[in-house]
Amino acid sequence: MALAKIISVAGRAVNVPGNDIDTDRIIPARFMKCVTFDGLGEFLFFDVRKDTTTGKDTNHPLNDPRFKGATVLLSGANFGCGSSREHAPQAIQKYGFKAVIAESYAEIFFGNSTTLGMPCVTAVREDIAKIAAAVEKNSAIEVVIDLVKLEARFAGQSVKIAQRESARDALVNGRWDAIGELLDGVPAVKETAKKLPYLAA
Amino acid sequence: MPSPQSLFEKVWAAHAVKKLANGQTQLLIGTHLIHEVTSPQAFGMLRDLGLKVLMPHRTFATVDHIIPTNELVEPYKDSLAQAMMDEVRKNCAEFGITFFDRATGKQGIVHIVGPEQGITQPGTTIACGDSHTSTHGAFGAIAFGIGTSQVRDVLATQTMALGQLKVRRIEVNGKLPPGVYAKDVILHIIRQLGVNGGTGFAYEYAGSTFDGFTMEERMTVCNMSIEGGARVGYVNPDETTFTYLKGRPYSPTGAAWDAAVARWKSFASDPGCRYDDVVKINAADVAPSVTWGINPGQGITINENVPSPDTATSADDKAGIIEALAYMKLPAGKPIKGTKINVAFLGSCTNGRLSDFREVAKYIKGRKVAPGVRAIAVPGSQIVALQCEKEGIDKVLTAAGFEWRAAGCSMCLAMNPDKLIGEELCASSSNRNFKGRQGSTTGRTVLMSPVMVAAAAVTGTVADAREVFAVN
Ligand code: SF4
Repeated sequence: MALAKIISVAGRAVNVPGNDIDTDRIIPARFMKCVTFDGLGEFLFFDVRKDTTTGKDTNHPLNDPRFKGATVLLSGANFGCGSSREHAPQAIQKYGFKAVIAESYAEIFFGNSTTLGMPCVTAVREDIAKIAAAVEKNSAIEVVIDLVKLEARFAGQSVKIAQRESARDALVNGRWDAIGELLDGVPAVKETAKKLPYLAA
Repeated sequence: MPSPQSLFEKVWAAHAVKKLANGQTQLLIGTHLIHEVTSPQAFGMLRDLGLKVLMPHRTFATVDHIIPTNELVEPYKDSLAQAMMDEVRKNCAEFGITFFDRATGKQGIVHIVGPEQGITQPGTTIACGDSHTSTHGAFGAIAFGIGTSQVRDVLATQTMALGQLKVRRIEVNGKLPPGVYAKDVILHIIRQLGVNGGTGFAYEYAGSTFDGFTMEERMTVCNMSIEGGARVGYVNPDETTFTYLKGRPYSPTGAAWDAAVARWKSFASDPGCRYDDVVKINAADVAPSVTWGINPGQGITINENVPSPDTATSADDKAGIIEALAYMKLPAGKPIKGTKINVAFLGSCTNGRLSDFREVAKYIKGRKVAPGVRAIAVPGSQIVALQCEKEGIDKVLTAAGFEWRAAGCSMCLAMNPDKLIGEELCASSSNRNFKGRQGSTTGRTVLMSPVMVAAAAVTGTVADAREVFAVN
């Protein structure tokens, strides 16, 4: 399976601040009553984007017309904590995001996103604030996430970003979806299985 | 002599197939558990790629998340729920997967069914498209919650790509004071280490408190490892583990049993093995705990006051407190005890087991749920339900004013009709108090042990069960 080599991502950005933004917030459970991931994008952050009593749009950053079409999501620490639902990164991706810059991620969310070819890079809080400030000043600026140089460039500035090497390697070399490699390993899987009595058919 | 190893390292080594190009390991997953919400898309991907299930005999399915607990006859009123039921049935039939459907009498929450059936065994690897898969670690298994693409990977190859974790030993020693439960231990741990303190770690729970715990208590703690950010949590297998497994449907029998026990024992962490971190907790310091905020780390003991932004330890902490209190509508710096509740929920994969209902029944017998409180008791599996009914526990609960429901996840995540309404506040034995978690976008969750839920139900307030039920 030939996968795209994701060396950099460039686009406009939007800041959704806060720590511990959980997967229930990213995609509320009631929208998981589906047998495909299609259409999840429109429910991204639904309960914080809509006023529960009036049904009207809140002042959530994603409702701000200036950030319409943003493809880079900025956030805080422990982003994506909570459930293992892939519906969360799927909703983010289907909404139109191509990458996330946050202070840190919950483990399962990070892995799920990488498998979808959506880089989740980290940056220190001050640097995320710098990007957010630049975007706030001019929402049209482009933010470039460079996975080779491990830096984010925007409005003539540049800040350091980081990413776990296994994920970075997988993205830049076009092997972020492991299925091909895992399938190649099936003969070896069968050998390993033979040594484990509980796997006998 | 090989150098001493932890259980995690041994299980990992036994299941490592090969190194992948990006440095991760292709890890064999011996047991794959699936449920209706996170598997349909994976089967779709499988079909798109023209792949089959590699080891259908190691794949087990149940229905729990979406299944109604007050409607037993299909088609369900909710056509989306029915469609998901139909889908899992179809997928299991097509790929030859064992399905614990309602008609089998073995259906229930996936993390209750696995242990109950004896499918969850020491020294094994387990994966399930559900973060609380960590529950199975109670048996000395390494059990991962995974996303749907990984469900596809495990279906197709019985493996997944994974980087190795560090191991933190959390040692709890001593006897828990009366009225203090396993749930309080894990709430205490998460409060102490933080909701992301476990990122990159497997948690090994040990110490005399865990040695003395039943399997159900161990499961309650391992279940919530993920709430502390740890991907997996486990307890080394011992006689308690083997006694629990003996005679279960999928447990080995005869000579195979003895061989299995010997093998299981060999997986336990070696004395003197290296840990990346060690945390020690004194059981005497653990008290009945409740959450006051919007993540499971925002907890206090029942006699503490709700934190105030003024006492925050950092700017982050302060922002967190302000956001949580605004959502929870709790006054800063005031006792949580006495807070009015609207709903009491007993159930979930954390605390929906037989021992939980037995313990509640012991105290609630002869008492009444406070007027105006909606109280529901949802057994974690059909087998738990049946046993409770045999022991008359259902009668005790219904006499007290609880509704006795059919097995499922129910109001833990409210994908079925069991939901909070508006700003209702729920005393809940489940594991997550996220905003909107229990089905109302403004609904409020206070996590606690089942007996504390019972105390809240009868007083209509967040209460100290030790006082309400004269526990000493
Ligand atoms: S009971 Fe709750 S936490 Fe457990 S599997 Fe069901 S929804 Fe998830």
